[in-house]
Amino acid sequence: MSSAFVLHPALVLIAGAFLLPLLRGGVRNFAVVAIPALALAAVILLPEGRLWQTNWLDYSLAPLAVDRLSRLFAGIFALMALAGGLFALKQHSRLEISAAYLYAGSAIGVALAGDLVTVFLFWEFMVVGSTLVIWSAGTPAAWAASRRYLAVHLAGGVILFAGITGHIIDTGDASFTAMQADSIAHWLILIGFLLNAGAPPFSAWLPDAYPEASWSGMVFLSAFTTKTAVYVLLRGFPGTEILIWIGIFMIFYGIVYALLENDMRRILAYSIVNQVGFMITGIGIGTEMALNGTAAHAVSHIIYKALLLMSAGAVLAATNRRKCSELGGLFHSMPLTTVCACVGALAISSFPLTSGFISKSMVTQAAFDGHLQAVWLFLAAASAGVFLHAGIKFPWFVFFQKDSGLRPADPPMSMRCGMVLFAFLCVAIGLWPDLLYGLLPHVVDYVPYTVAHVITQLQLLLFSGLAFFVMLNYLKRTPTITLDADWLWRASGPAVTRRLAGAIRQILARMHTGIAAATALASTVIIRHRRPGGLLLRSWPSGNMSLWVMVLLLSYLALYYME
Amino acid sequence: MKQEHWLDNPENQRWLWRGFLLTLALTVIIGAVVDLHPHFAIEGWFGFYAAYGFLTCLLMIVVAKGLGLLLKRPDSYYDQDNRDE
Repeated sequence: MSSAFVLHPALVLIAGAFLLPLLRGGVRNFAVVAIPALALAAVILLPEGRLWQTNWLDYSLAPLAVDRLSRLFAGIFALMALAGGLFALKQHSRLEISAAYLYAGSAIGVALAGDLVTVFLFWEFMVVGSTLVIWSAGTPAAWAASRRYLAVHLAGGVILFAGITGHIIDTGDASFTAMQADSIAHWLILIGFLLNAGAPPFSAWLPDAYPEASWSGMVFLSAFTTKTAVYVLLRGFPGTEILIWIGIFMIFYGIVYALLENDMRRILAYSIVNQVGFMITGIGIGTEMALNGTAAHAVSHIIYKALLLMSAGAVLAATNRRKCSELGGLFHSMPLTTVCACVGALAISSFPLTSGFISKSMVTQAAFDGHLQAVWLFLAAASAGVFLHAGIKFPWFVFFQKDSGLRPADPPMSMRCGMVLFAFLCVAIGLWPDLLYGLLPHVVDYVPYTVAHVITQLQLLLFSGLAFFVMLNYLKRTPTITLDADWLWRASGPAVTRRLAGAIRQILARMHTGIAAATALASTVIIRHRRPGGLLLRSWPSGNMSLWVMVLLLSYLALYYME
Repeated sequence: MKQEHWLDNPENQRWLWRGFLLTLALTVIIGAVVDLHPHFAIEGWFGFYAAYGFLTCLLMIVVAKGLGLLLKRPDSYYDQDNRDE
């Protein structure tokens, strides 16, 4: 089956997930760090090519296939599991890290899959892992959210399965290569992929479910589902034009909803949709520059979004509060967390010297190169909007603004290590972009640090910051939520079902009374005629009989005569 | 009154604001002086990026507020539904 003996990084993490619950104390803590480290080493050491090949039914499958793109994504997933595990070390729930490693391992499995059957298998394992991560928060709200999350993703899985089946029937080939959105099967695959990316109209599952996870759970959740979707779209549908517009919609959806949101973790959840929108747009543009930019931005985004969520998680763990209207002034007692959150905020806003600056600008550059002025105008406005909704809003309302009087301390050592590691990477990638550029799928011919680029980016961002403070009165947080498409299945759907059920019950009740009356009538008629002396059971005098025989004979005679 | 942190001092906050506004002015001035090798014609306008960043942000806030009028609900809106499940 295998051409060479190699360790499959996905199986390392998944086996580790099942091993962890058996361990205790220091050994367990060591394993939490060692398992993803081993997986990361395995990713780095894998040679390129279709390493495992096997035949199943009539199809040749490749459960382990490596190229530059899959190694990049598998690598960042393993690194994310490592930092997340470190951050979650003090988590009371013993389920969470195991579930997260199953989830991360499956994401790596998707990244290293050379065929669609393997993609689908790991895709579904991811759903199981991520649902378990949400469950392990152990609150009623998390339980309810996880059920909605599961329903959406199982439906997505069915759509994807139908698409993959159709593709295999059409082509007879299961291998995972670039496709065109040109047949029903391919459209179904595209829809299945996009659902996990948080694309409209079903973006709502993400800000609904993720923020209900525990303080460490959401750090894992932010990284894998949406970024595996980006990976499979990158490999499966590069240059599909509709993705440009889907991406731009996601970008502005994320900004507008985040601006209205009060819950700090839901702000960050909306901003995941926003950032994935940049990547989807890049995939739609589809040039080498755009695809490189998308891959680079996925890596940067995993790191700074995890960092932002770690700082939000540290605040949540310390204060048990998530609403901006109840937070503020935390920089007094949480200096390290504040600094890390600000580094993450600068990186997501693509400030020069951070990872976002050197990755997002490649997508913008691709819009320049393709002379897509409308797309570029949208992207530039969106860059300013990112600073507005995530870059300033999150740190400002949580760590600064009015003093809430809360004075929680910085989190314990393990959480600080996770944060500092990722804060360091945000800056390191920004300072030495070639670290990341060297790993991208295509050769990079791009210089991010030109005077023009730095100055224009600073103008865009700083004036966006000015707009924030000028409009601060209009951005005051209110204890509200904003309705989204999930209203359909959380409020109106159930209400319609309840109405419908009521109406059906009424109709049934009416039919019941109708049937009962009819049955009663029929019974009385039957009883009337069947009782002794009734029409059918009455005894008839024989004189009657002879009278009728005489009538018959006479009519016979009359008929015969007329003939 | 003793300040807990130097950022709590209104005097320092004023200095931060001055620094911020100075940086804003500097970016526009430098942008006008150096060659930005624009890809599109509108990029060449004086202070285009500054104006565009500011105005689009205002627009986004206005749109968000407008949408909020329509779609905002108290954050206990779905609680009933959570209890049901």
